[in-house]
Amino acid sequence: MKDLMKDYKTEVMKNEALQNIISSWIPELEFTEEGSEFLTISVKPENLHQLMNQLKSNKETNFDYLFCLTGMDWGKELGVVYHLESTTHRHIIVVKVKTTDRDNPEFDTVCDIWKTAEFHEREVFDFFGIKFNNHPNLKRLFLTEDWDGYPLRKDYVDEINMVIK
Amino acid sequence: MNITLSITTTIYKFLSEYMSEGAANIGTMVTIAFIYLAIFAVAGLYLVLLERKVAAWFQLRIGPNRVGWWGLLQTMADALKLVSKELTGTVKADKFLYNLAPYFVIVSSLMALAVFPFTKEFQAFDINIGIFFLIAISSIGVIGILLGGWASNNKFALIGAMRSGVQTISYELSVGLSLLTMVLITGTLQLSEIIEVQKNGWLIVQGHIPAVIAFMIYMIAGTAETNRAPFDMVEAESELGAGFHTEYSGMKFAYFFLAEFINMFIIAAIATTIFFGGWLSPFGITDAIPWLGAFWFLGKTLLLVFLMMWFRWTFPRLRVDQLLTLEWKYLLPLNLLNIILMALIVWLNLTIQF
Amino acid sequence: MDTTIKNSNLKSEEYFINMGPQHPATHGVLRLLLTIDGEIIKKVEPDLGYIHRSIEKMCERDSYQQIVHLTDRMDYLSSHINNEAVCLTVEKALELEVPERVKVIRTIIGELTRIASHTLWWGVMGMDVGALTTYFYGFRDREMINDIFEETCGARLTMNYNIPGGLMFDIHPNFVKRVKDFIAHFKTKLPEYDTLLSGNVIFQKRTKGVGILTKEDAISFGASGPVGRGSGYSCDVRKHHPYSALDKVKFKEILKTEGDTFARYQVRVEEMWESLSIIEQLIDNIPEGDYKVATNAVIKLPKGEFYQKVETARGELGVYVVSTGTKNPYRVKFRSPGFSNISLLNHITVGGKIGDLVATMATLDIVVPDIDR
Repeated sequence: MKDLMKDYKTEVMKNEALQNIISSWIPELEFTEEGSEFLTISVKPENLHQLMNQLKSNKETNFDYLFCLTGMDWGKELGVVYHLESTTHRHIIVVKVKTTDRDNPEFDTVCDIWKTAEFHEREVFDFFGIKFNNHPNLKRLFLTEDWDGYPLRKDYVDEINMVIK
Repeated sequence: MNITLSITTTIYKFLSEYMSEGAANIGTMVTIAFIYLAIFAVAGLYLVLLERKVAAWFQLRIGPNRVGWWGLLQTMADALKLVSKELTGTVKADKFLYNLAPYFVIVSSLMALAVFPFTKEFQAFDINIGIFFLIAISSIGVIGILLGGWASNNKFALIGAMRSGVQTISYELSVGLSLLTMVLITGTLQLSEIIEVQKNGWLIVQGHIPAVIAFMIYMIAGTAETNRAPFDMVEAESELGAGFHTEYSGMKFAYFFLAEFINMFIIAAIATTIFFGGWLSPFGITDAIPWLGAFWFLGKTLLLVFLMMWFRWTFPRLRVDQLLTLEWKYLLPLNLLNIILMALIVWLNLTIQF
Repeated sequence: MDTTIKNSNLKSEEYFINMGPQHPATHGVLRLLLTIDGEIIKKVEPDLGYIHRSIEKMCERDSYQQIVHLTDRMDYLSSHINNEAVCLTVEKALELEVPERVKVIRTIIGELTRIASHTLWWGVMGMDVGALTTYFYGFRDREMINDIFEETCGARLTMNYNIPGGLMFDIHPNFVKRVKDFIAHFKTKLPEYDTLLSGNVIFQKRTKGVGILTKEDAISFGASGPVGRGSGYSCDVRKHHPYSALDKVKFKEILKTEGDTFARYQVRVEEMWESLSIIEQLIDNIPEGDYKVATNAVIKLPKGEFYQKVETARGELGVYVVSTGTKNPYRVKFRSPGFSNISLLNHITVGGKIGDLVATMATLDIVVPDIDR
């Protein structure tokens, strides 16, 4: 039965090897494998775009598929979680970026790197109020333009529509 | 009083016994108009029912079967409902044109019915330019559609109307030219004489190859003229909602709807008259009983109507540019060549006559 | 051409049209803002959110068992696979090994769901290009699957058959027989799909060379499912990250390189054959055993982040759960296939006609609740 999948089993690079390559680009990255099945990188907002660009363009990493872009509210911090996969090497990596500035959170957009990010970032902007610099069309996606607040933040209150158990 | 099937003269004679010549003339016209109106309002409704039954048959359904026996009163009930419905409209519509449009469509399609010989005698208006009249009248309907689409003040309706204009103008050519091909054999435009010619064999047999080509072109173009699938660009419900009649409701919508079905009947009736010998029975088997002509005429027409329904329930819709490509790049040149071929055949006396 | 327009006093300008939220081609409450020049599309901007229920926020207050039932309402045509995704995430987090029987049954029903979804899509696809009859043919076959679901799961559309740890109850005694009946029936009916629609000249003219998506763009836009595979991008989660019993069955991943509407159409039709073959391989070999393993009444996931991908009928569904160790998740994100697929609509339809837009949108196979969540 193993041979059934042989076209689909590529030699996946070890997380350590991946970590070695990536850490050589930007010094102040934090790597962790704790509490997750994937290698997770935490990056500072100012380094985000550079890191993402290299993750995509570097031949050895070649993360060309952004399959999930999640807005997060960790209580104190707001941030975005990027799940990346390489369609050639088939390795997966998670990139996290955080900011403590809850009033005016801003990150660089990655929609020039992966086009799918355009809609996903609009969704995050809609629900978390995180702004993405250089985004071509950053406006509300699901909610109306005049919606007050950002519903998926943990401190959002709506006494009429939200049922809290 | 001797009642024959030639209704115009019968009614005229009957009326002229009681009134002056002029009044009798007008009386005849009005009576005939009412008779035709009554017959075809009902016939149109039953064509709708037929379509629904045919559609159901194609689509593994039963179709209407609740109102009346076998659903026979279903479309009557629908018509009643539509009559009693409120006539809504858009506020910013051009009221006059908006209300005028349905009448253009329904009147033009009813007018065309007048010239058909249902049997030898049953023909209201035997004009000597019969085919020309038919082609002329059937082009008027598109004005109604354009008016309706324009005056509704709705972009979807406008797109539908514009498509309709483009489509009808293009396919009018093919309809006209394919009928012209057959006129080369008959040598007359008068419908009663065209049928007289066919006593030596239906025109589709007489004209053999070019006649078959002309028939196929005619059916394609005819389907396009009635704006039915696969040429229903005008309504294209998955693209335009309902197209030009998006903003119409109640009886005004019903006029558009009914006109579509009567037009389909007309297209099939023209084909019957021109290609399949009209009311003539095959090999003259029922020549002794004149009124059976109506049976043959309707039988052949309904068969062609069924063919058009078959198209509709099988084919996907063309795209608007493909529609025009088909007409201008294929049908029209083919048609022109076909006319030359037909002329040659008539000239060299190669027609098949019994 | 240009000179005539310049010299005349007539002015032509682009106009704006609202397609939806109520429109036959948008399959639900999707609104497209179209900028059109005559019939030619200049820009398509989807306006979403008409059916947004904020399922992700609701998940944050619900227990894991409850979340499973919410996911039915996302992509309702692959409800079983959505349920499975959440269950697999929870099982992965708890390191719970479910019995083989559960895996096989989940896979069979998952593939039946895929066929049901594709038959419905096929019918609607035909309708969108104007062939109304296909709709009824598609529904005829889907009906049989829905009857099977009704008997085994108790519901026809939103089945709620999965629970974390297994299945809600065992399969109905008739299940195997009826599935076999369906396979026999569908094998005679599936060729009809090709004779009625795929081989039609008008249909091919309408779809070939329309809405072309290159492989690079497919990856960049995060296209998945038949949309990605129609562009030659190997993205079948069932192959790359097999789950349940999918690593034990033989099936082909359908790939077409044309990237046009017709390629996406073909991928879906051929996928139905593959799904049939998967079911055939499994239906005779459902292992005996329990249909679930016991879990705590209150499921608490360990602290951490869990991600599970599954292949729904529309593409890759990702479930991302962040847990702080309580009975509720801290954050749940559903990466829905429809959301990524709709984002490429503008890219592939610009320059086409209105009719092309409708045909292309039909092959993206949009389910609006899946986009809005």
